[in-house]
Amino acid sequence: MSEEQGNVVIELADVDKYFGRQHVLKGVNLQVREGTTTLIVGASGQGKSVILKHMLGLIKPDGGKVEVFGKDLARISKKELKEIRTQFGVLFQNAALFDSMTVYDNVALPLRERTAASAEKIRDNVMEKLAMMDLENAGEKYPAQLSGGMQKRVGLARALVLSPKIVFFDEPTTGLDVHKSNEIYRLFYRTQEKLKYTAVIVSHDVPKIFKLADAVALIADGVIQGCMSPERFQLSDNPRIRDFVETTMGPIYSSEKEESSLYETV
Amino acid sequence: MLKVFEKLGERGLLFLEQAGRMGVFLGYCLFCLISPPYKLRPVVRQIQFIGSRSVFVILFTGAFTGMVLALQGYYTLRKFGSEGLLGSAVALSLIRELGPVVAALMVIGRAGSAICAEIGIMRNSEQIDALECMAIDPCRYLMVPKFIAAVISMPLLTFIFDVVGIIGGYLIGVVLLGVNAGTFWQSMYSSVAWQDVQMGLIKSLVFGLLIVWIATAKGFYLHLERTGGFGAEGVSRNTTNAVVLSSVSVLIWDYLITSWML
Ligand SMILES: Nc1ncnc2c1ncn2[C@@H]1O[C@H](COP(=O)(O)OP(=O)(O)O)[C@@H](O)[C@H]1O
Ligand SMILES: [Mg+2]
Repeated sequence: MSEEQGNVVIELADVDKYFGRQHVLKGVNLQVREGTTTLIVGASGQGKSVILKHMLGLIKPDGGKVEVFGKDLARISKKELKEIRTQFGVLFQNAALFDSMTVYDNVALPLRERTAASAEKIRDNVMEKLAMMDLENAGEKYPAQLSGGMQKRVGLARALVLSPKIVFFDEPTTGLDVHKSNEIYRLFYRTQEKLKYTAVIVSHDVPKIFKLADAVALIADGVIQGCMSPERFQLSDNPRIRDFVETTMGPIYSSEKEESSLYETV
Repeated sequence: MLKVFEKLGERGLLFLEQAGRMGVFLGYCLFCLISPPYKLRPVVRQIQFIGSRSVFVILFTGAFTGMVLALQGYYTLRKFGSEGLLGSAVALSLIRELGPVVAALMVIGRAGSAICAEIGIMRNSEQIDALECMAIDPCRYLMVPKFIAAVISMPLLTFIFDVVGIIGGYLIGVVLLGVNAGTFWQSMYSSVAWQDVQMGLIKSLVFGLLIVWIATAKGFYLHLERTGGFGAEGVSRNTTNAVVLSSVSVLIWDYLITSWML
């Protein structure tokens, strides 16, 4: 619905990336607009996390460029990159919590290191975020003592604690049961409503997450096959997208033919 | 034959790449070290980890080093009828050489390996990436406190090692083997000069820096090291490499500093 509105905050132009001889990204073009939720979907191992890491400036492209807020990440100084990253919040695929610190300290770390807030201010802010994630009683625990879903919620709290402008989610619900993943979506919806951030989500949870997205992009064969609204995505006549929509949303177990094709791809 | 040169060249390039990377890393960490903001609490914590927790090991190894020095020195010196010089022999060997070197080797085993593994695991589990994405400089946040702590702790540990070693030497030489106590202290007092203490101090400072530099850089660049292992195995091989490299570097620098100062 909002494809044509809002400024472009992240732009990938013809991004190429090799890992050794493996050509992972073959000219990826993608735009993320301010205030929208962009969803990146695609089969496992197609390079979704790699795209995200390019946007974060953790990986430099071998060709093409990545621009965030109009600045080419490969050409700016360390200091400017740091400046841009102060606007980011990231939920990593494996949460990447600091495992030798308590949950409370994990969430408090960005505040302690990046702001001059007093201890009470920090405590209030952290407790508010932990309460938002239903983690009030887990503050003294260590990440290893938490379940996967709780770790993701701690990661989300940490990502949101400094009110970022852009938040990246790498598979926020993978590995969680339906109940837990619904909870993550509810939290996502609530926090975005409140904090109005731009979101980039990588997810497999396809029919459900379409409700939250403004734009959906499919990556296959190293290129973005199309980036459009969820409604148009589901009706697209690009064969790859149609294939994806059919396998993920169609009635998978309805016929023998489809069942056997499912086994082939697994 | 060509293959051999190819392999050698490849090795050489890898070595240069690694050396360059570690040099830049050291420069950047030192830059972070001298530029504000300064934070005291993480430094205190690291001093506790690198310094205080090594004290027991240092006491133990120091005492035994001094004792064995006295034992060996006594029988050697007696051949020349100069047992009276035992105090000076024990003190000089400890202050100039054995104190800084053995203390450094102990700190490598206790703290250097732990630092390298800790940072390597953080690299492996994307915690360092997470820090960078939060716009927190990993060098400033993780490395600088360790650098400061090592440079403060190492001379103090060496000092403790020397003192305990001399007491151990006294116990063996005077109490057990019957050297005159007065001669023992007198020969020490007259032969140990300020330069000897200075040499020990410089060595311990350099070793402290070397140990923390190699441990942190090896851990930080775990993903670029070609150790031949991944994950937990990569961390363990990398840590072993760091321990070997820092022990060898300590011994080489010990020789260099000695030949420069004598
Ligand atoms: N650091 C790396 N080194 C080598 N290959 C990598 C690295 N990161 C990702 N790859 C490869 O890139 C491809 C895409 O990975 P990734 O983006 O993690 O997939 P996904 O879409 O499931 O997130 C995979 O084939 C993977 O093997
Ligand atoms: Mg991934």
